[in-house]
Amino acid sequence: MILQLEGLTAGYGAAPVLRDIHLEVPQGSIVTVLGPNGAGKTTLLRTIAGLLKPTTGRILFDGDDLRGVRVEHLVRRGLALVPEGRGVITELTVEENLRLGGLWRKDSAATMSEVYELFEPLARRNKSMGHQLSGGERQMLAIGRALMARPRLLLLDEPSLGLAPKVTAQIMSLLRQLRDNDGLSVLLVEQNARSALSIADAAVAMSLGRLAETSSGDMRAAYLGS
Amino acid sequence: MRTLLWSVAAAAGLVAATAMLDPFRNYQLATIAAYLCATAGLTVLTGLNGQLSLGHGALMAIGAYTVAFAQKSWDSLYLSLALAVVVTTVAGAVVGLAAARLRGPYLAGATLALAIAVPSITITFQSVFNSEQGLPVFLTPPRTLDIERWQALVAGGAAVLVMWLLANLSRSHLGRRMRAVRDNEVAASLTGVAVSRTQVLAFVISSACAGLGGALMAFLAQSVSPGAFPLTLSLFLLMAVVIGGLGSLAGALWGAVLLVALPDVIHSLTEGMVLKPAMASRLEGNLPLAIFGVTLIIVMLAAPGGLQGLFSRLLKRGHHAPNS
Repeated sequence: MILQLEGLTAGYGAAPVLRDIHLEVPQGSIVTVLGPNGAGKTTLLRTIAGLLKPTTGRILFDGDDLRGVRVEHLVRRGLALVPEGRGVITELTVEENLRLGGLWRKDSAATMSEVYELFEPLARRNKSMGHQLSGGERQMLAIGRALMARPRLLLLDEPSLGLAPKVTAQIMSLLRQLRDNDGLSVLLVEQNARSALSIADAAVAMSLGRLAETSSGDMRAAYLGS
Repeated sequence: MRTLLWSVAAAAGLVAATAMLDPFRNYQLATIAAYLCATAGLTVLTGLNGQLSLGHGALMAIGAYTVAFAQKSWDSLYLSLALAVVVTTVAGAVVGLAAARLRGPYLAGATLALAIAVPSITITFQSVFNSEQGLPVFLTPPRTLDIERWQALVAGGAAVLVMWLLANLSRSHLGRRMRAVRDNEVAASLTGVAVSRTQVLAFVISSACAGLGGALMAFLAQSVSPGAFPLTLSLFLLMAVVIGGLGSLAGALWGAVLLVALPDVIHSLTEGMVLKPAMASRLEGNLPLAIFGVTLIIVMLAAPGGLQGLFSRLLKRGHHAPNS
């Protein structure tokens, strides 16, 4: 398992948002977390990425307990989060954003070429500032920047938010490609169940801070009707 | 390479200008250069990294007093200026580390305390700092140059060096990290940037520049006293970089020019007025701050990018005009 959550409880202030979460993400697979607004999906990813301290429970990444590991060190260990709203640095160019993603890697030039191959619009607009990009391009940049760190686990928060169906389909197809070709593991949080389930190896539903006991097959049947 | 060429051109221009200017203008040029070191450093901190400091006047005072003490001991100007930079760097590191967890108005408050504390310390420890009378800065000017031209060359050379270093810094990995932290701390940390360390580093670099600026001010005045580094100096510095254009080193230059030119302009304006002595004295202290404040409001309304933003816009419009 690349990621194991054991009895994870976390929240803001005294009130817990996540309650006793148990979840496993196998190596080289895409696991999706579905649920309505306010279910705690974003909090779950923020806690795994180190932006929020868990109250109780453990986060194991490749067998290592992540307790006390600083946010900026997690990405060097191979865990990258693409946050909701993309988190593009708008006052840097596309190229500078990508350089930032791989600033501590010696092979960043080669990785950047690979990212440009994956996302051709970024190559065309490499000198454009982050704020000049469209929503889809920003999403590509956010994912591309995360890939610059050559992560083993990618945490994606609502990548389809505000995007046209065609762009969403491109991003989902890319995630499938990264899993199949590079063995990338992905924990995908989505409200767009149809898109997420089309590529997921496993799916869990989240409601009011708890993971529901649902099989991915049941969910596919419920959402996709097969 | 481009920044190096600009710096060489600026240095050549400095040598030529000082040869042509009269002593008073050379002194003004030197003062602009001294302020430029401080405003350029503040531009890195506020414009590039998004931190607000109201205590840079105090850091300038630390640099100035260091030069006074050092010149008393060994009379080697360049060594004294270097020591001033080192001492202010250490002071900046201490303040930066202490304030590392503070953001926005809280950091401004902490640095404001510094701006108030440093002059008070010099008055409290009279035997060391000679209270409000301050300390002399011993100099041995070269015999081949006018003292004002020498001051302009030294201060101008230091300013060119600072601008070259900071221009390279803003294009470096560290500059990108600083801008990323300014723009979005969470996103920056998610890419592996150590946010607090970057902020402390920005504060330290900015402090070193302020220290050099203060040291040069002491070198120009040939004395140092707490009255030369009041709280209003910190406010002036901040307003100058905002009016000049935050985030741009060229804006820091406009800010430094304003800091030197504005008191002159105000003096010329009030000279012709017939005022009671009490009113004239009150105006002398407060008018520059008021006019700076009004200028700040006008510039922010008319050109949010400051003077440099306005000039850049006009230049772009000029380039596009023949095609349209």
